[in-house]
Amino acid sequence: MNYQTFEHDVIVIGAGGAGLRAAIEAATQGATVGLVCKSLLGKAHTVMAEGGVAAALGNVDLRDNWQVHFRDTMRGGKMLNNWRMAQIHAQESPARVNELEAWGAVFDRTKEGKILQRNFGGHQFPRLAHVGDRTGLEIIRTLQDHAVHQKNIEVFMECTITHFLKEGNKICGAFGYRRVTGEFLFFKTKAIILATGGIGKSFRINSNSWEYTGDGQALAYKAGADLMDMEFVQFHPTGMVWPLSVKGTLVTEGVRGEGGILKNSKGERFMFRYVPPMFKGEFAETEEEAKRWLAGDKSARRPPELLTRDVVAKAINAEVKAGRGSPHGGVFLDIASQRDVETIRKKLPSMYHQFKELANVDITKEPMEIGPTCHYIMGGIRVDAETGAATVPGLFAAGEVAAGLHGANRLGGNSLSDLLVFGRRAGLGAAQYAKENSSIKADTKQLDTCATELLKPFNQKNGENPYEVMDQLQKMMDAHVGIVREEKELQKAIDSLAQLKSKVKNVKAAGDRTYNPGWQTCLDLENMLIVSEAITRAAMERKESRGGHTRIDYPESSAEYAKFNFVLRKKGEEMRVEKEPLPKMPAALEILIKEGTT
Amino acid sequence: MSEKTAKIKVFRGDEKGGEYKEYDVPLFEGMVVLDAIHHIQATADNTLAVRWNCKAGKCGSCGGEINGKPRLMCMTRMDTLPLDKPITVEPMKTFPVIKDLVCDVSWNFEINKKIPPFKPKAPLADGTWRFSQEDADRVQEFRKCIECFLCQNVCHVLRNHKKEEFAGPRFLVRLASLEMHPLDVEDRLSLIKEAFHIGLCNITKCCTEVCPEHITITDNAIIPLKERVVSRFYDPIAKFWQKLFAKNDVTK
Amino acid sequence: MARLAPNTMFKSGLGTTQRKDNWWLQPVLVVFGLGSFGIYSTWAALQGNHYAFGPYLSPFYSPLFIFDWWHWSPALLILWAPLGFRATCYYYRKAYYRAFFADPPACAVGELAEHRYSGETKFPFILQNIHRFFFYLAAIFIFILSYDAYEAFWFDGHFGIGVGSLVLTANALFLGLYTFSCHSFRHLIGGKRDCFSNCSLAKAQYKTWSIVSILNQRHMLWAWISLCTVGFADVYIRLCAMGIIHDIRII
Repeated sequence: MNYQTFEHDVIVIGAGGAGLRAAIEAATQGATVGLVCKSLLGKAHTVMAEGGVAAALGNVDLRDNWQVHFRDTMRGGKMLNNWRMAQIHAQESPARVNELEAWGAVFDRTKEGKILQRNFGGHQFPRLAHVGDRTGLEIIRTLQDHAVHQKNIEVFMECTITHFLKEGNKICGAFGYRRVTGEFLFFKTKAIILATGGIGKSFRINSNSWEYTGDGQALAYKAGADLMDMEFVQFHPTGMVWPLSVKGTLVTEGVRGEGGILKNSKGERFMFRYVPPMFKGEFAETEEEAKRWLAGDKSARRPPELLTRDVVAKAINAEVKAGRGSPHGGVFLDIASQRDVETIRKKLPSMYHQFKELANVDITKEPMEIGPTCHYIMGGIRVDAETGAATVPGLFAAGEVAAGLHGANRLGGNSLSDLLVFGRRAGLGAAQYAKENSSIKADTKQLDTCATELLKPFNQKNGENPYEVMDQLQKMMDAHVGIVREEKELQKAIDSLAQLKSKVKNVKAAGDRTYNPGWQTCLDLENMLIVSEAITRAAMERKESRGGHTRIDYPESSAEYAKFNFVLRKKGEEMRVEKEPLPKMPAALEILIKEGTT
Repeated sequence: MSEKTAKIKVFRGDEKGGEYKEYDVPLFEGMVVLDAIHHIQATADNTLAVRWNCKAGKCGSCGGEINGKPRLMCMTRMDTLPLDKPITVEPMKTFPVIKDLVCDVSWNFEINKKIPPFKPKAPLADGTWRFSQEDADRVQEFRKCIECFLCQNVCHVLRNHKKEEFAGPRFLVRLASLEMHPLDVEDRLSLIKEAFHIGLCNITKCCTEVCPEHITITDNAIIPLKERVVSRFYDPIAKFWQKLFAKNDVTK
Repeated sequence: MARLAPNTMFKSGLGTTQRKDNWWLQPVLVVFGLGSFGIYSTWAALQGNHYAFGPYLSPFYSPLFIFDWWHWSPALLILWAPLGFRATCYYYRKAYYRAFFADPPACAVGELAEHRYSGETKFPFILQNIHRFFFYLAAIFIFILSYDAYEAFWFDGHFGIGVGSLVLTANALFLGLYTFSCHSFRHLIGGKRDCFSNCSLAKAQYKTWSIVSILNQRHMLWAWISLCTVGFADVYIRLCAMGIIHDIRII
């Protein structure tokens, strides 16, 4: 069997915000870095992030600081977050944002010439540094252009990693293939940082790109690492619902941040009815008060459209179920009646074009039709808060693929800051680990087994069409493990997953190894199946409703379930769900959350 | 869903050459060309290669030539095309074909590496900078670029004349975003003339015509850079003026 | 693998394309428009007569220089300046490179199979870089033509308005819009700056640059309208001077 060999101190898998930031940091620390990405450099899912990056800079509202950001994040995550990660995140994100400016990013400005910040769901003060509605693009391009000038980063574009190699319990290499040629690649390394993003492609209606097949979670799981909080999948409240071609495509929360309101088919601004007890008294109670807030009155409370994403998504779901939905099964999001044409086009330019070109809707004149879409997974690889180390030595994770920061629900804008803060920390952690550990000689005999597994789809004679199997998996997950869940539906999902497993074993690839999307889909399916099972099994165990996880058979949050996270571990061929108690939060922080900062 | 179908003529082949194959695809509301390609891929031929990521016009992966025009497949609605004749879908022709609709754009990444990085002026005491939205506006237009490379593809200096030493519109835009950056103090003007060969551009504006982000590439990026090059290299009066009022000059 | 694809990969050669729209229409219109103006203006400039009627002076002959030692048409003494301005204009360059040189004829349309190309790096096209000097001259012409337009309202010392007065006024106006929407002017007036907010001079430059930028977006439109008005002004005055038509006095 032929393969190319590369050797680096650190291999970073994924070149979105987290992967790039990790690679830059590891390289700065003197490590040699191989940056492996599934697509071309600069196309990772970070480009899709629109609204902004959350950092308590206090540029727009002086009352903001890391304590408030910490509190918002913990309460948004329904207290299931890793408190230390939430603290580090809130403390370090301002420095990470300023650092981007030093690397050439051009954020929108305040009148004083500082970085402008906008309102977003769940954030008490205007906190999101942004560039219109294309903040993710700005961040990935800034990091990309910074990274290409680092001497010891080698980039591998359009390469897929399919196997990890271990010696004893330690990571010592990665195996995969280069899509353009189909040739096999072996990366010899001391440490691996996973930054592969999410799992959105397990669902039919999603806002994610084809890459989001849970590769990192599945690779880590197979290597023996813990997955955590996998039941918490975020359904973004505002995805496009029409036309069919773009069903699920994201509509930024920035629309609501800029004043957009939600209405049902009766024209009611329904969010006033859905303020949960935890946030009672913190949101505007009348349209008049919401209007004053929009006009800049600091004594007015925020409109309820800016509640956290889990709350808004469930409210929209309830309105549609009650027969008050829009013609295509969503509700209306209206910015036209709240802001003038010029502001909308200046602050939401890509939303304007997206609707104009794909749906023939002029958002400066008409409301948008929107509904929930699978957007993000809060859960993922269980990591150490300080270093991003997973439970397998030599393995690190950062960004969406890691768990802990967001708990049961992520606040908008906390993802981009997550990438920067924990991307850097994982880069530091992995570089440090590489310094302390000498390289291990991998047993290259394993590689033959890897290669045989990779080539298996070509040897299936009457196998399944991978695209059909993927379609079945997505539809099944939408139907049984979607935005609202219950025991009998989840049981159906587990049964279906068993059937799909045998189909996935049987998928076939036609043609040769050169840029073969059918073959790639065959390989993706195995990962999608693992993460789908993890989501379903964890969802089965969490017999309560909390954040992104809603059970109709257990509609309330339970104090008992607030005490632990669910962790998934591979035991032989079986996926085990185990309880891990939440780490104890220091008393000072607990008081901060209960009483607020004022 | 309607029973209507459309005919799609897709280039199938590799760097050695290829042929056009016709497929029937069912039409649905709001359908874009990328949907049609995906349909073929999922049903008729799993091996049909196409590059794509976001399917929302934000990542710039799915550039191709649709009925001869360089466009993003995800942003080209089927109902804007004449459906009485087959729709031709081809890869970007300026770059070597890898397979079917996918081509090798690595040359672009090499050019990018040659651009001297951003170098900020000294920050204020608090470690940050101040500049106004007016200063940001101009470079923000350039930073909208999603690197689809459609401008590189359509630029005849690259497409017809194969001038590999020319940076191409994408990287002139990037150079403009650095040169006009309110905080940047690096001087790239000599490189723009000598290493990136801005003089090869004859401002025929096809880059601007195809830009899916509607960046006014020629008028706002390339021509202003050409004018800066003129001030430095071809204009004795400007040179004299700059010497006289060196303090007020910010063209660096 | 090659870095750029060889031309042999797909069909190439002049006019080859998969485009299904009328891509050839635009270059054909440009050839027709610039060609007919070129032929007429050359003929009119060589005439050396019928360039004035009453208070009207043809813009082809303004400013009017009559010297004993110059035996040809006085238009030839001055026309090189506006001609140079238009020939090196960033819009016209696009138009004639496409329509007359087919380099390229239209976007994603093939060119002549093999021909040398050096863009604007070698003689003669490297001369395009002196556009701003032609702009300085063109700006002087705007003042002269505005004065001509003013004069066109005075008939033997009395104020009046003829059709010719309006034609010359419109001509000065549109030539002004064309000239002051120039890309070089846009650079000189403020575009050369990187930062607009650091001093009051910069703020003033930002304002003028913004206004010129708005005009500049319509540079092509001003170029064509002013080409028509300048040609029409000469035609009108020439026909009046030749006695073929009569200037209508409004006041």
